[in-house]
Amino acid sequence: MSTEITVTVNGTEHTASVEPRLLLAHFLRDVLDLTGTHIGCDTSQCGACTVHLNGEAVKSCTVFAVQANGSEVKTIEGVADGETYSNVQQAFWDEHGLQCGFCTPGMIMTTEALLKQNPNPTEDEIRTGIAGNFCRCTGYQNIVNAIGVAAKAGR
Amino acid sequence: MVTSNFDYFAPSTLDEATSLLSKYRGEAKVLAGGHSLIPMMKLRLAEPGILVDIGQIEGLSYVREEDGGVSIGSMTTYREMATSSVIQSNYPLLADASSKVADLQVRNRGTIGGSLAHSDPAGDIPAVILAIGGNVVARTRRSSREINIDRFQVDLLTTALRDNEIITEIKLPGLASGTGTAYSKFHQPASHYAITGVAAVITISGGTCTDARIAVTGAGDKATRARRTERILKGKELTPAVIRRAASRAAAEIGDALNDDIHASAEYREHLTQVHAGYAIEQAVAAAG
Amino acid sequence: MPVTTFGESVRRTEDPRLITGRGKYVDDIRLAGMAHISFVRSPYAHANIKNIDTTAAANAPGVIAIFTGADLQEQLGGLPVAWLLPDLKQPKHPPLAFETVRYVGDAVAVVVADTPYQATDAAELVEVDYEVLPAIVNAERATKDGAPEVHPEAPNNIGFDWSIGAGDWDEVIKDPDVIVVKEEIINQRLIPNSIETRGVVADFDPGRENLTLYTSTQIPHLVKMLYAMVTGTPEQKVRVIAPEVGGAFGSKLYLYAEEVVCGIVSKQLGRPVKWIEARSEAYIATTHGRDHIGVAEMAGKKNGEILGIKIDLYANLGAYLSLFAPLIPSYFFGLMLGGVYKMPNISCHVYGVFTNTTPVDAYRGAGRPEATYVVERMLDRFAAEIGRDPVAVRRKNMLASHKNGRTVTLGVTYDSGDYKANLNKALEMFDYPAFRAEQRTARREGKLLGVGLCTYIEISGAAPSAVASSLGAGAGLWESAAVRVHPTGKVTVYSGTSPSGQGHETAWAQLTSSELGVPMEDIEILHGDTDQGQFGTGTFGSRSVAVGGAAIHKSVTKIIAKATIIAAHIMESDPKFVTFEGGSFAVEDIPDKTMTFQEVAGAAYGAANLPPGMEPGLDETSFFDPTNFTWPYGAHIAVVEIDQDTGKVDLIRYVAVDDVGNVLNPMIVDGMLHGGIAQGVGQALTEAAVYTDDGQLLSGSMMDYAMPTADIFPKFESDRTVTPSPVNELGVKGAGEAGTIAASPAVMNAVIDALSHLGVRHMNMPATSEKVWRAIQDAKETQRAARAAARNPRKQGS
Repeated sequence: MSTEITVTVNGTEHTASVEPRLLLAHFLRDVLDLTGTHIGCDTSQCGACTVHLNGEAVKSCTVFAVQANGSEVKTIEGVADGETYSNVQQAFWDEHGLQCGFCTPGMIMTTEALLKQNPNPTEDEIRTGIAGNFCRCTGYQNIVNAIGVAAKAGR
Repeated sequence: MVTSNFDYFAPSTLDEATSLLSKYRGEAKVLAGGHSLIPMMKLRLAEPGILVDIGQIEGLSYVREEDGGVSIGSMTTYREMATSSVIQSNYPLLADASSKVADLQVRNRGTIGGSLAHSDPAGDIPAVILAIGGNVVARTRRSSREINIDRFQVDLLTTALRDNEIITEIKLPGLASGTGTAYSKFHQPASHYAITGVAAVITISGGTCTDARIAVTGAGDKATRARRTERILKGKELTPAVIRRAASRAAAEIGDALNDDIHASAEYREHLTQVHAGYAIEQAVAAAG
Repeated sequence: MPVTTFGESVRRTEDPRLITGRGKYVDDIRLAGMAHISFVRSPYAHANIKNIDTTAAANAPGVIAIFTGADLQEQLGGLPVAWLLPDLKQPKHPPLAFETVRYVGDAVAVVVADTPYQATDAAELVEVDYEVLPAIVNAERATKDGAPEVHPEAPNNIGFDWSIGAGDWDEVIKDPDVIVVKEEIINQRLIPNSIETRGVVADFDPGRENLTLYTSTQIPHLVKMLYAMVTGTPEQKVRVIAPEVGGAFGSKLYLYAEEVVCGIVSKQLGRPVKWIEARSEAYIATTHGRDHIGVAEMAGKKNGEILGIKIDLYANLGAYLSLFAPLIPSYFFGLMLGGVYKMPNISCHVYGVFTNTTPVDAYRGAGRPEATYVVERMLDRFAAEIGRDPVAVRRKNMLASHKNGRTVTLGVTYDSGDYKANLNKALEMFDYPAFRAEQRTARREGKLLGVGLCTYIEISGAAPSAVASSLGAGAGLWESAAVRVHPTGKVTVYSGTSPSGQGHETAWAQLTSSELGVPMEDIEILHGDTDQGQFGTGTFGSRSVAVGGAAIHKSVTKIIAKATIIAAHIMESDPKFVTFEGGSFAVEDIPDKTMTFQEVAGAAYGAANLPPGMEPGLDETSFFDPTNFTWPYGAHIAVVEIDQDTGKVDLIRYVAVDDVGNVLNPMIVDGMLHGGIAQGVGQALTEAAVYTDDGQLLSGSMMDYAMPTADIFPKFESDRTVTPSPVNELGVKGAGEAGTIAASPAVMNAVIDALSHLGVRHMNMPATSEKVWRAIQDAKETQRAARAAARNPRKQGS
């Protein structure tokens, strides 16, 4: 049973005919070829697939593409403004907030949402804020630093 | 992994949604935030043939002061409840519990209606609502009924909701002045679900406890009122000794049904329930003052 | 990006693509006509396959083909083992089982379909008729008579029986003044859980009869060679490409069944095929780590002098030998039992045991965390027994400093180290006496605070090939590097290392830039593609900078030597008067005679005026085979607070001072240490792979296997000491695993220290809240009983 959906992704409207069970993460990666959003688990925990759905950070592996019909989605590919990185991206680079890079797009998307909600988070609030994003490489230290730096830059 | 196939409807009105549930009664499941259902479907532990997505229906997400209490639309998310000033002031434990469910991303999608309908044995919200009291409003195509929360959780992952009903609203009663609330939880380090979670709503008047509702989640197969604990508290001055004795009975109703798994044995779980009941009661009493 | 220097925290060149989602991992590879693969895996830990019915699956939508183990038997050899211990039992390991399955997750068939969803659906429809057999999971019990037999070739399930030792433990303990402490040591099984699971895209070109295998791997060149061997394919017809790899930590260090099967299937079908591992699949199909059960003893004198260590170990190999499996619990474990101490007597016996569980192999640290845990835990245990401070006992037994090699008890030679200075530095950062005072106060208030140390050393920089070979290695463990200078003076470096997050592109470019005086943006680092550059060994065991970086240095040195001769010739000078600095060649005492590196490159390729007999070009390849391992070391200090009511352990402070020799890029090295520490803490506090007795993995997903999240860590406080390694010209030792090796013992020692006043002396990992709570209850009960007995002395013995 195919369903037609229209989703605006990173500002561009896309219409496609999809199976209802197609996960939003797979829609982004396989139908729209936006492979920056990654899949790291199948229990909705690791957060590597985090995108913004109507301005809110969500795990795109736990949303069907059909649920995003008529919605706006922002992925990692839509964060930079042309070649200008967001404060968050810049801070992740400057502070070495990534190693293998696989969790990074999701981590950045969560961070962007976190800082919008709470522009001046304490270290504890940062650590709790990213508790839904697993990283196996960095031990989180430089990620937390990067988020602090991004928060300062944003003010 | 991926779910098995299903047919999908996204009705734009409640009437359409309830009609679909009636038409496909037994085959259809409601899709709200999806953060309990979709993970189960991806592991193929649930394979509904039809999903009725109520996410496009307007008017199901709200927090309203009315009838002396607060009514919460069933599609209100954890994040909306956590940040609602109405909920923060009227039911602090609900705002607090909502702010600690899972993580930031899940809180943007999971809903109060979904949480109650799914009735995860370790879900925070069912225990919190049980401690507050109130009614779940359930609609079919032709009728509407209010199910008291005390009768709502029936068994493991089973509620009093019929398979052609949709929760539209949760009606919470106004709490008497002198009421303090708290939610205290010990989480499983992997899933962050409660190994035990205790919600306490306690009213103090003239130095004694005039009302107490205590609900436990995580320890058994559903959120359960700790009635023995409540009886020990009611009518007494809540000294540390009384609180200790009350807390020691917090798992009594669960009894042999105490969960036992690689994360916590039944014995340890019972102990944690007593400890967190003590914390929840102390914090509620402090908030009541 | 200008010219960089050795020792600078250069920002990573990998990051621009990774922070914008433009990195290409294996699941991002899309090829025309690509089909999708799903594996059918055994749900039983031990069973005979009676029949496989693929009819329903074959008729499912989108299915292109289905192959069972029997179908592919002819084309698939057994998966190889690359470390051969004496008398190692090597049961045949078919990539697809066709007679017997031996662990939950053992693959029996492969389904190929148009889309991944269809492949998943169809795989569920394959009906396998199993005759279930008894299973054995515990490595110690597996060796007892009567235990279910995993392989007929391995009686009592013993895969190897290995010992190492020096001195005479039995003699030492005869002395009645010698105190011996003994404890059961369990190093629990772990799931590596890199955030990217495994994946393969196999692309067979029927025209050229070439196979290109994209695989998320740490060892592309070894995979190529082994793939060729296992499938009987000519080696030059195989190309392996490691794309961006999303973490590995040792779990992507093998030739896996899926790589072989995907390659063969692609060849059979004449089209590309892709397999991406689901996380729940990774839990059972990707190698696990650790899983040691043993009894450890430490002997010493009342004055704190340690005389020796003994360990009898059962190391779980899982159901089959993975590529490096025999090495991890043997040499990589046994050789480290001296630690940073004199340890004159060592007795180590290890059984490698087959069980009906997922195969076990290297996981960050690979044998060294297991050894360090034994040494450091037993040292603290011994200190507690004799009533001495653990810092003092460490100091008393530590090796003296040395710059150029100190041969230790087991005959290995530590390269350089000043272990005491390193410990002192850690103790400057952490006021130990002040903590002990704080602890005394806390105890009076009933608070449970504890401090734990770990002073470790690890064998890294694998490996001197001849030595490794004599110990069982089936392949040389040198590393290669080619430095190709282009006519315009730009540079491409081909490294045989293969990163999965370590920042090699930045590090190798930084190293090359610092030596050639060429700006970083003029340098391209290539790795991971076996068609580019020469054979390499790969990345594991903290070897990349010590062996791979050294190889680059060697090639760069050759480049500079040739370029100097060319420059001298063109500047009409004797090469011995020509200097190279800041990217320019100059003649001593003749200020206007200079040539830039770029000009020399142009001259090398233009070949208009080269010294007689010299070949044109500026392109050098080197293979660096180290003369020794390298030996990073350090001191970590952890502080925990334990909740009395619940037993929950909170890590509240963590200090680390590591010595990894010279440091090329401090920022990258610190990142390696943080990540390693986090994994070590995870093992100590929350992680454990748990099997039922019949071989079902109870902790089969992140819902039940507790992965550390940001909110459980304090900020790590780190610093370093630097004792350059004499083993390579860069003086580097390697930093990839140090954190993991040190953190588990430090944290566990802290947990036990927090409870020591209650009488707790030992606990195995992980220190879950229930385990700690029970230890507190038991300790309090023991104290109560002791007090009661003291009050009624006459009741005893009456």
